[in-house]
Amino acid sequence: MNLFIETFIGGLLAGTMYSLVAIGFVLIYKASGVFNFAQGSILLFSALTFVTLKESGIPFVVAVGITIGVLIVGAIAIERLLLRPLANRSPMTLFMATLGLSYIVEGLAQGLMGAQVHPLDLGIEDVPIFIGGVLISQFDVVAAITALVLVAILALLFNKTRIGISLRAVADDTRAALSIGINLNRIWQIVWAVAGIVGLVAGMLWGARQGVQFSLSLVVLKALPVLIIGGFTSIGGAIAGGLIVGAAENLAETYIGPFIGGGITPWFAYFLALAFLYVRPAGLFGELAIERV
Amino acid sequence: MTLDVSREYDVQPLWLADRKIGWGVPLLLVLTFVVIPLLGNEYWLNAIFVPFLILSLAGIGLNLLTGYAGQTSLGSGGFMAVGAFATFSLVTHVKFISLPPALFLAGLIAGLVGLVFGIPSGRIKGFYLMVSSLAAQFFLEWVFQKFPWFYNYGSSGTISLPRLDIFGFNGGSSIGRYYLTLVIVVALTWVAANLVRSHVGRNWMAIRDMDTAAAVIGIPVDRYKILAFAVSSFYLGIAGALWAFAYLGAASVQSFGIARSFQIIFIIIIGGMGSITGNFIGAAFISLLPLALDYTVQSIFSGHVDAGLLQNIQKAIFGFLIIWFLIKEPDGIARLVKTFGERLSAWPLRF
Repeated sequence: MNLFIETFIGGLLAGTMYSLVAIGFVLIYKASGVFNFAQGSILLFSALTFVTLKESGIPFVVAVGITIGVLIVGAIAIERLLLRPLANRSPMTLFMATLGLSYIVEGLAQGLMGAQVHPLDLGIEDVPIFIGGVLISQFDVVAAITALVLVAILALLFNKTRIGISLRAVADDTRAALSIGINLNRIWQIVWAVAGIVGLVAGMLWGARQGVQFSLSLVVLKALPVLIIGGFTSIGGAIAGGLIVGAAENLAETYIGPFIGGGITPWFAYFLALAFLYVRPAGLFGELAIERV
Repeated sequence: MTLDVSREYDVQPLWLADRKIGWGVPLLLVLTFVVIPLLGNEYWLNAIFVPFLILSLAGIGLNLLTGYAGQTSLGSGGFMAVGAFATFSLVTHVKFISLPPALFLAGLIAGLVGLVFGIPSGRIKGFYLMVSSLAAQFFLEWVFQKFPWFYNYGSSGTISLPRLDIFGFNGGSSIGRYYLTLVIVVALTWVAANLVRSHVGRNWMAIRDMDTAAAVIGIPVDRYKILAFAVSSFYLGIAGALWAFAYLGAASVQSFGIARSFQIIFIIIIGGMGSITGNFIGAAFISLLPLALDYTVQSIFSGHVDAGLLQNIQKAIFGFLIIWFLIKEPDGIARLVKTFGERLSAWPLRF
């Protein structure tokens, strides 16, 4: 039973990482209807920028500040050069454009800052601790707390600030938002920048665990089943989806894996998502769309 | 009052009236079957034409699914792997089977696997459906890595054929591999070009444009979606087998990773969605651009550029081109070529 609880909690904590990546997706999807495939490469880019700055001796806070500055500039450039010319095109076209964007961002990130693995030390010790007889990774706990804090900040941003309220207006009804004078382009810039910052946090945590390297950008593929299970439009759903995927993956690897050869985590999440889709085609928290001809 | 229908309509059967083959197709056939093998050396045949043809075939496979039937797939690499490993198993375990029938059977097996992963398309669509293709990609990669039976218990997990047996002849020479690829690609292109003009292709396009409307006018949407998956995987499977044995010689599952899937998506975006010719243009573009870029950069900086850096520059350029094409010419180079041809035929008038 202890093994079960340990696996379960370990999975949940690892799942918060997935949630962090998925939140970045949901933000952009809500505000602009774009399924942003480049979220993973933006995550890699921001983590790589941060690590490179830190390695050249710049203090932590300044490095974070500069990286956020770069992300804001990047968000403005993306809005100007990609979203504006492609406005009103089909969601699939926009998705493929972000696929192209991910190649540009990856090429730039690795071309400018090198493709080698950068170790990242955030000063969190990764020693397992005992809580009530159950072994838990301290790092995971810190990551989960960070995720919680981030979500709290985002919730404040969305509910209490002027920007957040106009952002929700855009997500609710883009046309109505435009007609009352909300600057849609500005909202897109802000939301891409915020998603970039969420990506930076996720990238720093993932990077501290497995080194900042190319494989970080592949996290994006894992976020897809998370989004499917949680729904594309709900931050709460993204968190729940991440936790479900993390826990289920860990449990499956421990309990089903040994019977079929092990190493099933690369694909298990997708089958889980498919199983969910068979029961609820719009995800757990998504709304079922009614179609008209 | 009765109408005499036969007077109103042209009685000539459509298949006789509508057969106008321009000079372009025969010219291309002569060029590819006679001129290129005569002029090309081994490097050009094996390192450029063979991969170009195979990528075009894979492009057709994905284009049937995405460009014609409108179903996005990120699992092309996985289906290519099925074709490659199925061919290997057939040739290894079945005595006296020659390569062409083995390829065909492997294509059918890949088609069957595609059919299975296409079943969710009846219930889910769009981004949600991408999950199904990603499931296929990662699951198939895992299967071909985890179970040694698929690579005949070899130590390195790679598959290769001792000889390319084409009905008793050894097709292992560079000319042999070129012709093997060429014949298969030409035949399957012909099939695809006819398929998309048949009722099947028209139903696919109706589903692509709006599946609810297609269902309303009586097209069995689910069946045709699944059929698109099966046919697409059949093409991809054969392309994968050719990639493994006619081009690489020895392949492992790493040759068919997610990067391969993206490469094939890029081929159809750059070449043109919903176009058969576009796949060839896209494949040519994607296989020649790295060479051209390499040549240019090396000659400008006289060989001081690191290979890794070059690869990243190439990546960024591909990304830029994808976005540029999506903004400026969503129908790809195929449309650019067509427009250019139409303008040329009206020359010197403007329209």
